[in-house]
Amino acid sequence: MAAAVEEKVKQIIVEQLQVDEAEVTPSASFQEDLGADSLDVVELVMQFEEAFDIEIPDEDAEKIKTVKDATEYIEKNAKGGK
Amino acid sequence: MQRRVVVTGIGLICGVGHTAPEVWQGLLEGRSGMSPITGFDPTGFSVTFAAEVKNFDPLKFIDKKEARKMGRFIHFALAASAEAMQSSGLKITPENETRVGVHIGSGIGGFDVIEREHSAMLAGGPRKISPFFIPAAIVNLAAGQVSIRYGAKGPNEATATACTTSAHAIGDAYRTIQRGDADVMIAGGAEAAITPMGVGGFAAMRALSTRNDDPEHACRPFDKDRDGFVVGEGAGILILEDLEFAKARGANIMAEIIGYGMSADAYHMTGMAPEGEGCFRAMKNALDSAHLRPEQIEYVNAHATSTPLGDAAETAAMTKLFGEHATSHKLLVSSTKSMTGHLLGGAGGLEAGITIMALQNQLVPPTTNLVEPDVDCRLNYIPNKPQAATVNIALSNSFGFGGTNGSLIFKRWE
Repeated sequence: MAAAVEEKVKQIIVEQLQVDEAEVTPSASFQEDLGADSLDVVELVMQFEEAFDIEIPDEDAEKIKTVKDATEYIEKNAKGGK
Repeated sequence: MQRRVVVTGIGLICGVGHTAPEVWQGLLEGRSGMSPITGFDPTGFSVTFAAEVKNFDPLKFIDKKEARKMGRFIHFALAASAEAMQSSGLKITPENETRVGVHIGSGIGGFDVIEREHSAMLAGGPRKISPFFIPAAIVNLAAGQVSIRYGAKGPNEATATACTTSAHAIGDAYRTIQRGDADVMIAGGAEAAITPMGVGGFAAMRALSTRNDDPEHACRPFDKDRDGFVVGEGAGILILEDLEFAKARGANIMAEIIGYGMSADAYHMTGMAPEGEGCFRAMKNALDSAHLRPEQIEYVNAHATSTPLGDAAETAAMTKLFGEHATSHKLLVSSTKSMTGHLLGGAGGLEAGITIMALQNQLVPPTTNLVEPDVDCRLNYIPNKPQAATVNIALSNSFGFGGTNGSLIFKRWE
């Protein structure tokens, strides 16, 4: 499942932030490396919620700053995705 | 001495065409922009057609990531601004950037975005509201996005005065340059209200033509069978410059703006004052500001939207102001809304551009679908075919809900 989550997260980031897939490395920071502003990150988190059918509370969302943060959070909290 | 203000760029987009030359050519051919609505399913609506901008790809002007964060009216504003900037040849540099401003309004703003996000909220709760909802929808973000695109750091404003919005935007931008607050203004308006709530709302007022079986002939200003306006969409943007600034950079000057008048009906929410009393004063104020006599106006691009009362009231106001000059048919009057539909907050910008092209080409675009003039409408409306004419000075009218009126006067540049 981990690989599938990682792939889907990557796809969402590529689509939302219109970045090259190669740039989406685990350590890449949304705001510092992938050109997102704070509103982009809010929207990105909404897309993760939608795609994986989870709810990410604001206090958790604030801690999701990198691709790896997102993947790990979703792997831990997703109910299987849809 | 008062600073003079000239027009150096035009950008237009509407149901008749995607650029100013396309729109102009379409108007000369009498091409209708009206057709059945494709932007949403109009089944069950009393009005099922409009003048949509067809085959418009915002990604020609805007990055995909950014386009999602803007209502359709902002897409139109950016498209028309790109054309206007290109035609003006203006380069915004660190030396002039604080002297270039933007004044672009919209009657309603991002109706599409408001509807979409409201639906998302009803379906999924408040957490489903996009963080870009507000900046995609609010009226002044067209002006904001244009300033960001071009680095225009001067005054940044937006009017929202219904169907007079962009006449006011251009007139106020003219004053901004006259006052010395800027040397250049990117000015006009944009609208994208062909949405379920937009069409449904105007239809609920019984303001729209219901000629669903014959959209191309639905908008018939001054004709005895007119039955309401047709919603259009798009944008009209001008580049206005201080004359000396334009000359110094060797700009191609298209026309001079020489008069601007405003008024309020103070009469009714949506209905025009009897005999077009407010329209009369807007035109009169514009004439006075330009130090012109009525008979010096050779062409009026009328507001005339094809509503039974509105066209008659505007005609009454013109008859009173221009007298024999109008009743003798020397004054040329046309309503290009017969082809473009009513761009609401974008109408004044679109029609200012059209008026300037009439001055440049010495050719007056027609009022189409004018088969039998109404008894209350007896002026020279240039029915159905364009007319070659000597036109040195022309006036463009805009009147809006709330009883807000604006008239602009342009002079041919030779």
